[in-house]
Amino acid sequence: MGSEVKPVQLEVFDLHAWYGESHILHGMSLTVRRGEIVTLLGRNGAGKTTTMRAIMGILRKREGTIRYEGGDLIPLPPHKVARLGIGYVPEERGIFSSLTVEENLLLPPVIGPGGMTIEEIYDLFPNLAGRGRTPGTRLSGGEQQMLSIARILRTGANFILLDEPTEGLAPVIVDQIAASLRILKERGFTILLVEQNLHFASAIADRHYVVEQGCVVDEVANHALAENMDRLNSYLSV
Amino acid sequence: MIEIFGIPVAVLGGQILLGLINGSFYALLSLGLAIIFGMLNVINFAHGAFYMLGGFATWILFTYFGIGYWPGLLFAPFVAGSIGALMERLLLRRLYNVDHLYSLLFTFGAALALEGLFRHHFGSAGKPYPLPGELSGGYNLGFMFLPLYRAWVIIIALLVCFGTWFAIERTRLGAYLRAATENPSLVQAFGINVPLLLTLTYAFCVGLAGFTGALAAPIYQVSPGMGANLIIIVFAVVVIGGMGSILGTILTGLSLGVIEALTKVFFPTASAITVFIIMILVLMLRPTGLFGRER
Repeated sequence: MGSEVKPVQLEVFDLHAWYGESHILHGMSLTVRRGEIVTLLGRNGAGKTTTMRAIMGILRKREGTIRYEGGDLIPLPPHKVARLGIGYVPEERGIFSSLTVEENLLLPPVIGPGGMTIEEIYDLFPNLAGRGRTPGTRLSGGEQQMLSIARILRTGANFILLDEPTEGLAPVIVDQIAASLRILKERGFTILLVEQNLHFASAIADRHYVVEQGCVVDEVANHALAENMDRLNSYLSV
Repeated sequence: MIEIFGIPVAVLGGQILLGLINGSFYALLSLGLAIIFGMLNVINFAHGAFYMLGGFATWILFTYFGIGYWPGLLFAPFVAGSIGALMERLLLRRLYNVDHLYSLLFTFGAALALEGLFRHHFGSAGKPYPLPGELSGGYNLGFMFLPLYRAWVIIIALLVCFGTWFAIERTRLGAYLRAATENPSLVQAFGINVPLLLTLTYAFCVGLAGFTGALAAPIYQVSPGMGANLIIIVFAVVVIGGMGSILGTILTGLSLGVIEALTKVFFPTASAITVFIIMILVLMLRPTGLFGRER
């Protein structure tokens, strides 16, 4: 990894978003460069998941700028956003109960070259191997989280929106997921990560944005985390 | 003449056959209704009108263009499906985000409009449609006579029902449908054009209804009101079967057809309301339906 600056892949500028009448995002701005893992830190209700949904196009009522690899995302419906190479792993994991594990894994269509093969995916997440015929929601929470990540990896998407992957999971599973994300980073994936678990975020991320009341209030590089710990904890404490 | 419960076997056999035919129609129509309700959250009161459209498409093809039964069987679902696709794309989809009541009212209105249009042009009387030559006649089974066309209707209806089941439960496209029923916005976020999927699903389901209308034409004649009478019973069938499983819906349709027919033999006065009595019982004892799941 040299000292040259990697190109900006996602740029969000002055993004406002509404759920109905509720004004949730108030001028959200952030950038993510290719190959980076960037986190959005913040308390519940800060607007982190809303930002993800706004980028993906699931949330339609928006004003401002969202550019991916130079192109404007706002006019696009979600299925066109996905086809640009953005993969979405939602907070609720979204495993379909009427589909088997294998059907869940194969559901998102291949939208570009460079996706992982099924064998590579089972190498990365051995817990999923051999469970193909099981109904998707019979897996444990951690396994469902792995499946939710795994199905995106097959598609060829290289920019992943990852919303609270460790929420409610046992530490040993959290470590497995952190390890898999490190492997993804080595393979050149770009990840925008929503997390409340600062320990997990610091283990894998390059930079952290702090989100409060729908906009970014602070930005900390991962190597500068230690000296800023007090300030960060005050943002995240309830 | 052998008698079972005092009824000649030939009569019983003939009634069961009729019951299987009606049951096949119930199965085909309730399948489409259940899928539309499951995926689009629309109570499609226009379903009977598409059944009627299919019947008329095949009758018009024959009467005005001299084109016979077999092309008619393909033409009918094509016409019904195309009109359904247009209706969904231009009108129905605007109602997805508002109260379900509006889509119910809309499809009800569409049914009235379509049936009124056909009644205006063609009158209320039923129009006969000839049996295709290859399927006229029948077999003498000894205890009863089996008309070839009626056997054909049951076989093809079952094939189409199970083909639909297979497509939904065992194929990738079916997986898209099942997933989109559970969480349409997430499925769209994966890159699948869910709005298009909804249009095609509606078109396929009303196409099934149109196909059923074409099947019915030689047996029941073609009239603008042919769907309206049938659709009430089909709604009861869907309520009884619940919407938990495709196979459950098919089985319920077939069984109710047979039960209704047997009631006609043993309890003629009650036969018209058999299905509704069963529906009331099911609603009291198991409201989600025999094969239903909590929604």
